[in-house]
Amino acid sequence: MKSRTFALALATALVALVPQAQADTLRLLTWGGYAPQNVIDLFKAETGHDVEVTLSNNEEMISKLRATGGSGFDLAQPSQDRILGPQLEFGIYKPLDLEKIDASLFIPSMLEATKVNTTVDGQIYGIPHIWGTDGLVVNTAAAPDVDDYIDLCDPAYAGKVSYRLRRPTLIAFAFSMGLDPFAAYGDTAAYEGILSQVEAKLRECKANVKTYWGGGDEITGLIRSGEVVAAMAWDTGGWALNAENPDIRFIAPASGAMGWIDTFVIPSGGEADEAAYAWINFVMRPEIAAMITASAGNFTASQGADELVDEALKARYQASFPAEAVDNINWYPPVPAGLESLEGAVLDRVNAS
Amino acid sequence: MTASPAIRRITLALLLAPLMLWLGLLVVIPHIDMLLLSFTEKTGVRQYQPGLANYRTFFVEPVYWTIFLRTALMSILATLLTLVIGFPVAYFIAKLARGRSKAFLFLLCLVPFWVSELVRTFGWMILLRETGLVSGALQALGLVSGPVELLYNDAAIMVGLVYTSMLFMVVPLITALDSLDDSFIEAGYDLGGSGWSILREIVIPHAMPGIVSGSIVVFMLSLGNYLTPVLLGGKDSLWFTGAIYTQFITRFNWEQGAAFGMLLLVLSSLIVWLGLKLSGQTLSRTVG
Repeated sequence: MKSRTFALALATALVALVPQAQADTLRLLTWGGYAPQNVIDLFKAETGHDVEVTLSNNEEMISKLRATGGSGFDLAQPSQDRILGPQLEFGIYKPLDLEKIDASLFIPSMLEATKVNTTVDGQIYGIPHIWGTDGLVVNTAAAPDVDDYIDLCDPAYAGKVSYRLRRPTLIAFAFSMGLDPFAAYGDTAAYEGILSQVEAKLRECKANVKTYWGGGDEITGLIRSGEVVAAMAWDTGGWALNAENPDIRFIAPASGAMGWIDTFVIPSGGEADEAAYAWINFVMRPEIAAMITASAGNFTASQGADELVDEALKARYQASFPAEAVDNINWYPPVPAGLESLEGAVLDRVNAS
Repeated sequence: MTASPAIRRITLALLLAPLMLWLGLLVVIPHIDMLLLSFTEKTGVRQYQPGLANYRTFFVEPVYWTIFLRTALMSILATLLTLVIGFPVAYFIAKLARGRSKAFLFLLCLVPFWVSELVRTFGWMILLRETGLVSGALQALGLVSGPVELLYNDAAIMVGLVYTSMLFMVVPLITALDSLDDSFIEAGYDLGGSGWSILREIVIPHAMPGIVSGSIVVFMLSLGNYLTPVLLGGKDSLWFTGAIYTQFITRFNWEQGAAFGMLLLVLSSLIVWLGLKLSGQTLSRTVG
């Protein structure tokens, strides 16, 4: 497209005017808590590389990289299911050089699974960093019998529940209704069938919802104040609230918690690959990974790091995840390109209903 | 010594350059790019072709024009409310207050704008939420028996919008009313006019350019607002800018988002044009 070329030429001209970024500054596009200042300081002391952190979420990371054609950042951390589709559509990542990564630092099963899910045209684009789940955060004193996503629609809790109006909610409700959306990922017609059932449920459930939450702080605030007694939310938020109020617990739902793994990917326009690989190998060391767990609240794919994690957090994790609940986690498979527009239309209709 | 025509022309060009660069680089070129993008259809992975599908979606899928209609109607209502609340305030500041109290009252209108819109909106959230100040005060006074939720509804959006836009209505109104000579009002009374007829026949016609320019600004600000509806409206926060944001950021559907953006531009211009026609004003008179 002509105007794109023109805009690109213009952008190049503008970039030429500003001083070039130092090659040893790592521009990291990540989530809150994944790059705490103490880790950055240690990294700087050891390698001399500066780290410039930009906080974001999956959709914004992809949109930012798409807007610049994959430049502007040297390392990004989208979830493992959001690599295949965007790579096929927009080509915003570059293949990883696994030679430069110390594989012994990773939990082998998690490393292998992520490699499989992030392989595009025979090349690997992502390796795992932090994993966690979406489940139910419940104030057990006020809502004793919520143990699956569908229970959020129980009229007994009208006006006191919350969830996000995003794709994880669609998937979670589908599982909770006894459907298997992941099995239908490859079959558009079947997937649309599942989506329409979920849409009907979410429309019906809307009256029950206090508000659709947007950010992690928003939902913790709502639960802490008691305005919301049950919500679909991230495990970390639930554990943090549990430390303040033992009645509030993170529960792995009966139909399975939704498991995500945030990865390391190198954007196609990344300019500091050496620093990026150095950062990956640095933060995966067990003692550093434990520091990141302390800051992010989630466990990492670092081999042996969970031994070093704070006992209180470990206890909360074990209370939420007995062995069978871990086996029951629904791990997100890669999202095929184009699926998001189907889901988007459903979410818009639910919002407007 | 007078400057030669060539030097004068260069001076003029240099003076205009920042404005032209600003308009060209930040307004015209992005809009042309958006326009082209909006006429692009996505047919498959990395496959695009020119077409009208994005505009068709807006008119065929009821969700989107419903959202637009709702946004436009709520914005018009917010504009009217701002005018009704702002007019007496502006009249008091322009005509009744004198000296330091005039400056002080004007400053009071300005103070909320010293903090960002986000902070102002969070302020309203703290006041209106179920465990918030208003709910607590009502319970303490015994007016309600349990906590009341005042947030996450259209009324909360309206409060936020009116609060956010008040200054932009009051300032043009004060300017317009300031220029009205008090002797006209006195003459009106001398000729036996009532307060109401003087307001209708003298004050409002004189203030009309201020009313119209204030209304245009408030309407556009409300229509283009993103934060207030999203934060205060909660699950019912359907605002057209929100739909545009969603298309661009969470759906990666820039083509659709660009079409919505263009439609917002065209339809809102249309509404402003209609408003000018209905009130018998012209843009040049309002601005000039």
